[in-house]
Amino acid sequence: MSQASDNTGREALVQVRGLVNRFGEQVVHDGLDLDLYRGEILGVVGGSGTGKSVLLRSLVGLLQPAAGTVHFLGEDLYALYEMDRARLICRSGVLFQKGALFSSLTVLENIGVPLVEHAGLSRSQAESLAWVKLALVGLAPEAGLRYPAELSGGMVKRAALARALALDPPLLFLDEPSSGLDPIGAAAFDRLLLTLRDAFGFSVFLVTHDLDTLHAVCDRVAVLADKRVRVTGTLEEVAATPDSWVQDYFHGPRGRTAQQATQTTDEVS
Amino acid sequence: MTASAPGQVRQEAGPEGVALLLTGDWTLLHYTALSRSVGKLTLDNATPVRLDLQGVGEMDSAGATLLVRLLGTERTQALPESVPGLTPERRELLLTVCNALLHPVLDTRQNRYVFGDVTARIGRASLIIGRDLVTLLDFMGRTLLTFLRVLPRPRRWRLTPLVSHIEQIGFNAVPIVALLTFLVGAVVALLGATVLVDLGLTIYTVDLVTYSFMREFGVLLTAIMLAGRTASAFTAQIGSMKANEELDALRVQGLDPIELLVLPRILALMVSLPLLTFIAVLSGVAGGGLVSHLSLDISVSRYLEIVNAVPLQHFWVGLSKAPLFAFIIGLIGCLEGFKSGASAESVGLHTTSSVVQSIFIVILLDAVAALYFMEAGW
Repeated sequence: MSQASDNTGREALVQVRGLVNRFGEQVVHDGLDLDLYRGEILGVVGGSGTGKSVLLRSLVGLLQPAAGTVHFLGEDLYALYEMDRARLICRSGVLFQKGALFSSLTVLENIGVPLVEHAGLSRSQAESLAWVKLALVGLAPEAGLRYPAELSGGMVKRAALARALALDPPLLFLDEPSSGLDPIGAAAFDRLLLTLRDAFGFSVFLVTHDLDTLHAVCDRVAVLADKRVRVTGTLEEVAATPDSWVQDYFHGPRGRTAQQATQTTDEVS
Repeated sequence: MTASAPGQVRQEAGPEGVALLLTGDWTLLHYTALSRSVGKLTLDNATPVRLDLQGVGEMDSAGATLLVRLLGTERTQALPESVPGLTPERRELLLTVCNALLHPVLDTRQNRYVFGDVTARIGRASLIIGRDLVTLLDFMGRTLLTFLRVLPRPRRWRLTPLVSHIEQIGFNAVPIVALLTFLVGAVVALLGATVLVDLGLTIYTVDLVTYSFMREFGVLLTAIMLAGRTASAFTAQIGSMKANEELDALRVQGLDPIELLVLPRILALMVSLPLLTFIAVLSGVAGGGLVSHLSLDISVSRYLEIVNAVPLQHFWVGLSKAPLFAFIIGLIGCLEGFKSGASAESVGLHTTSSVVQSIFIVILLDAVAALYFMEAGW
């Protein structure tokens, strides 16, 4: 496995060992190992149905695995009592695929919920911090007063990111952040993610289908296949793996375009 | 979490302006203490400031926000590299937060109550009721027209969905309707027995139960049951189809949702409700019979004799209302489904609304019909 070579003494915020997830007869993960190191953006890719979102759910405590351990910020997540687990999970932010903003609250109130509930702030304090978060993710002030149903897809993603960032978590889980966005919006979201990572230094677990996102933001890529992590490493290392799925994925027509696009932008900047 | 010291800021007036000494953790955890500590200080823009961050443990965006608010955005942007303890990461954080703070902020206060709000609300609600009524009539017209258009073309009769709906709406509802009316029949008989025993007219308990179930309770209870059970199901089914864009998919394929979805449902309801009403009358009378037999000592044959003497016309009066109620319930259930929006929340709202509306209209129509039949002497 290429995992050993990555293990250069960096601190792993999330450490998955021997994870098994199954639904009835159907085994989704079978002995999956994965590490997420401090400060990195880890892209998780894989074909449809390889259990990327299931993996994310079991990392954030929503899905008890059938076997294996998940160490989350140094603690064994599923050995904890439910209350302690909930407290631990609070120290991460999750961006769900469709945003999952609370539909009965305005965007500003959505961002304020964790601040009021967990940080014990008053409503006005929470609101003033929520304004900052709103501006950080690049939303116009008017968007803060709107309800989620009145937002466009890109705005929903940004608002959900702002909510995920509310408690300044050291860890972010993003489930397909660029799905449903147009290429320009997706690229802007990628840039935003990089800017925020540089400013706040959080680590990101990023499930994605989007090759452009992989090229633009990910420090490391993990490929899910055959119920476990087939290969991890930098994009170049992974793309050089002689595996048919990986080859098709990174060197198919779409993969090549994304690669060229990154190279061009690198030259320009 | 390791113990962390709440952040603090100390101000010292020096020879060349003010020195700000920051210590502790500037994190969200200590936000309240921090904002108190920061709140004590005021800096005017002209004073030169010497910042010292060496004593700061951790700093996150909440702490950075307070610091930037204290310094002011201009001063933050111009922070020299030489500030002690200002690592490149921390500088990046402060600048990012600073940029965010430059964005304008809107007023979020709720509008206070002002005089006239009540009348405005009444006006708005009346307009909505009026518009809803027009929509209902419009939908009724469309449904009838579609029915007339389909009627002469037997090939377009949707028999399979019709039968399937009759099973769900009618057949599956038999146990609940029978049980409910049986119990109400028993209660009416008990009530009658209690009141009539003082007058020595206990035998009229049987008439009370029979008349009330044939004319009113049989059809009314069934209609209310179906308004709760079926109107809500119609709204939820059609509403979730709408949320899933299935209705649009039908339309672009040249298919008429009213013909495909509404007609079979309403027709099934119009078949089921009279049949269920018949069952309701039977089981209500049976419930009354059980109580009469047990507590009034009226024998079963005597009971049936009295029931038999009640003119059948009362039964027809009750039953004649059933198709009308069925039509209205089905219409409202389907229409609310069409009116619902794209979200699950909206489907839920319209489901509630369809139940409330259909029960309301059923009771209203029943009251009007009772008056009419009484005046007509039937």
